[in-house]
Amino acid sequence: MNGSDIRLFARHNAIPLLAGAVFAAMFVLYLALQPRGVTVGTLVTASNKGVLLALIACAQTLPVLTGGIDLSVGAIAVLANCLASTLLGGSGLSLVGGVAATLAAGALAGGFNAVAVVWGRLQPIIATLATSSIFYGISLLLRPDPGGDINDDFASALTGDIHGIPTTLIILLAVLLLFWLPFRRTLIGRGVYAVGSAEAAAYMSGVRIARSKACAYVLSGVLASLAGLLLTLIAESAQASAIQAGDLTLNAIAAVVIGGTSLFGGIGGLVGSVIGAFILRTIGDLLFVLAASPLWQPLFQGLILLAAVSLGAIPLLRNRNRLESFR
Amino acid sequence: MSDPVPLLELRHVVKRYGAVTALADGNLACGRGSIHAVLGENGAGKSTLIKVISGVVQPDEGEMLLDGTPVRFSNPLDAQARGIVCVFQELSLIPDLSVADNIGLVSPPRRFGLIDDRAQRRRAEQLLARVGVEGIDPRARVRDLPLSRRQMVEIAKALGRDPKLLILDEATSALTSEDVGRLSDLLLRLRREGMCILYISHRMHEIRALADTCSVFTNGRHVASFETRAHGEDEIVRMMIGREVSQVFPPRPAAPATPLAPVLSTHDLGWEDRLRGISLAVAPGEILGLGGLDGQGQREFLLALFGGLGGCTGEIRVDGKPVTPGSPLAAKAAPLGIALIPEDRKTEGLMLAMSVADNLTAATLSRWRRGPLLDRARERSAVGDIIRRMQIKAVPSLPVATLSGGNQQKVVIGKWLLDEPRILLLCDPTRGIDVGTKQEIYRLLRELADGGCAILLYSTDYHELIGLCERVAIFYGGRVVRTLEGDGITEEAIIASALDIHPTTQPAA
Repeated sequence: MNGSDIRLFARHNAIPLLAGAVFAAMFVLYLALQPRGVTVGTLVTASNKGVLLALIACAQTLPVLTGGIDLSVGAIAVLANCLASTLLGGSGLSLVGGVAATLAAGALAGGFNAVAVVWGRLQPIIATLATSSIFYGISLLLRPDPGGDINDDFASALTGDIHGIPTTLIILLAVLLLFWLPFRRTLIGRGVYAVGSAEAAAYMSGVRIARSKACAYVLSGVLASLAGLLLTLIAESAQASAIQAGDLTLNAIAAVVIGGTSLFGGIGGLVGSVIGAFILRTIGDLLFVLAASPLWQPLFQGLILLAAVSLGAIPLLRNRNRLESFR
Repeated sequence: MSDPVPLLELRHVVKRYGAVTALADGNLACGRGSIHAVLGENGAGKSTLIKVISGVVQPDEGEMLLDGTPVRFSNPLDAQARGIVCVFQELSLIPDLSVADNIGLVSPPRRFGLIDDRAQRRRAEQLLARVGVEGIDPRARVRDLPLSRRQMVEIAKALGRDPKLLILDEATSALTSEDVGRLSDLLLRLRREGMCILYISHRMHEIRALADTCSVFTNGRHVASFETRAHGEDEIVRMMIGREVSQVFPPRPAAPATPLAPVLSTHDLGWEDRLRGISLAVAPGEILGLGGLDGQGQREFLLALFGGLGGCTGEIRVDGKPVTPGSPLAAKAAPLGIALIPEDRKTEGLMLAMSVADNLTAATLSRWRRGPLLDRARERSAVGDIIRRMQIKAVPSLPVATLSGGNQQKVVIGKWLLDEPRILLLCDPTRGIDVGTKQEIYRLLRELADGGCAILLYSTDYHELIGLCERVAIFYGGRVVRTLEGDGITEEAIIASALDIHPTTQPAA
């Protein structure tokens, strides 16, 4: 990379870079104020919470990049949670089968969304609102009462640490390095951006639009079910909770936006969304170590979210050509 | 020049959209190693013909033969796989991807199944060089390029697919004259290499210079095909519009004995690095032309006057009083009374999904108000008046998106005429518009000027500036390098000044 490459990279990734700096500052402050000092335990706890939301934010990012949205990511995670809680009790091959079945269920749910949005030509916002209710309904049938039987050793292995590095963080890095970076350089990945940026132009260029869009929703389902799987291992139980599903979905959208992905599609990526999710989770932790009353937490969280989103709007203020604001 | 079996042949192709027959009898035959021009007014069926050939729409009747065998394309990808590539008038570039990504969009070079960025960039560099625009950085985002550069990227992208048949649909409409020259050289080279090129353009002199064969379409029907040199320009134009073109430009009135005081003037107007000290004045009844190469600050100048740019330096005066229009809303209101016909009618000029009537009254809503509500009856009658006056061929209640390009542009202009502006700014208003509508617009501009309106006209078509304007200010690098007047407005003078190769009277920077 020479100087002009770096400048170009910085210009094209200004928001994720800024978000990364903000997160680093917040996390260092959190660690400094942490009364029990920095231990592997605090890192693992922070990682487990953060990675959960980060994966759902990643799931949300793919449909958003195509110019759509997936309101069912939270419900798919909850569905995976409930399903996994019935499949992860055994050991050995049965565990592997359980994990595979959970991820396959996520792919199936994503595929269902893809059929509705891509071939059914329904608007993503309303189609996934409907499917989200369907997925939640199935979770309820799978697990009417909270509970679950999970292999303890497996759960502690995946939610602990490897040489001081939280395992969940390693899983997240694996997703980014082994899935996302190569995916961006596939034809399907390029198509995802092309469709979100200018669908008509993509069609006229002969881009396989349906394939790219459908893949975005299917992969979104897989990532959401991976999050659900982690949730199961962290909580060692499952609950069909509509509140949790909604909460995860909305926070994931917030994380996507904070991370610099445009809700209009075509701009952004998974790395930004991961940082966005980490920022959101650190807000809560910071308020906790600052000994703010829990009553104040939602209010603060909202203000900080608004401030973070405003950062993304700063380039608009610098627009000297007023027409640029509408692009 | 004609081979026994043409590369592409269309026989009696018909395409209907609902009750409207867009293409009634499409016939065409073009061979390898030839440039074939398709001519016709807007709405003559040219675009539909192109869409059928490139697989965007499927014909209802008739047959299409490629190398003598019947073909049917269900989408653009099908057609591209058979070597038919189209450079569309509406650009098919993805704004958020880089130039290199766009050029390699569908079949990028790959390594281990993944896109090889380095190879892709090299290939983009080669193709850009082939088109003659080495200056474009393949890493730049398409969004950040001006329209004329994007069009060249689009052409490079099309060449990257190794077409047997290359279709250029109004591909030169946004190009600078320099680029048109490069493109012409390229097309002649490609023809020698055996490519078949289908060339759609409204610019007659380009067609005369390039095309071997012409096919003329009127009202969706193929009228005639002939060797380009077989007929004169006047004859071809007559075939296209089916009537005599008596006089392209309306006569200019005699200059007033005593020059009128300018209604609008700028003094040392500057903005960022795009406008550098522009001082111009326009009087009531005058049409002042803005010329020069594309992208030399003409658009920014018009936008600045219309309140579209923040942070301008220098002074704008209306009726001698300094003003600072802070938004289009402020610019159009009394006492300024400015209107702007923007460059891109589809995004800045029209709300495509709304009806013709709603678009026409959009700039003047406060006039049709009674209390808090809109007075529908008065709105309707105003719409009816302007549709008659402008001869817009449209049903007021239908979405404006359903109109042909020429009629859409009339709606944009009509919208502002309802506001009775004192100062009318036009940014390349006849781009991609048919001959008939162009002439109507010329007549209208002259009428408005005669009625006391001051007009600033930016045009990429030199003939318009020569035929319409009393004075032409030539822009170069954000400055006015020369102002031509009266008989001094010639094609040679405009081109020479546009390239800034004449000694100027302006102080050099």
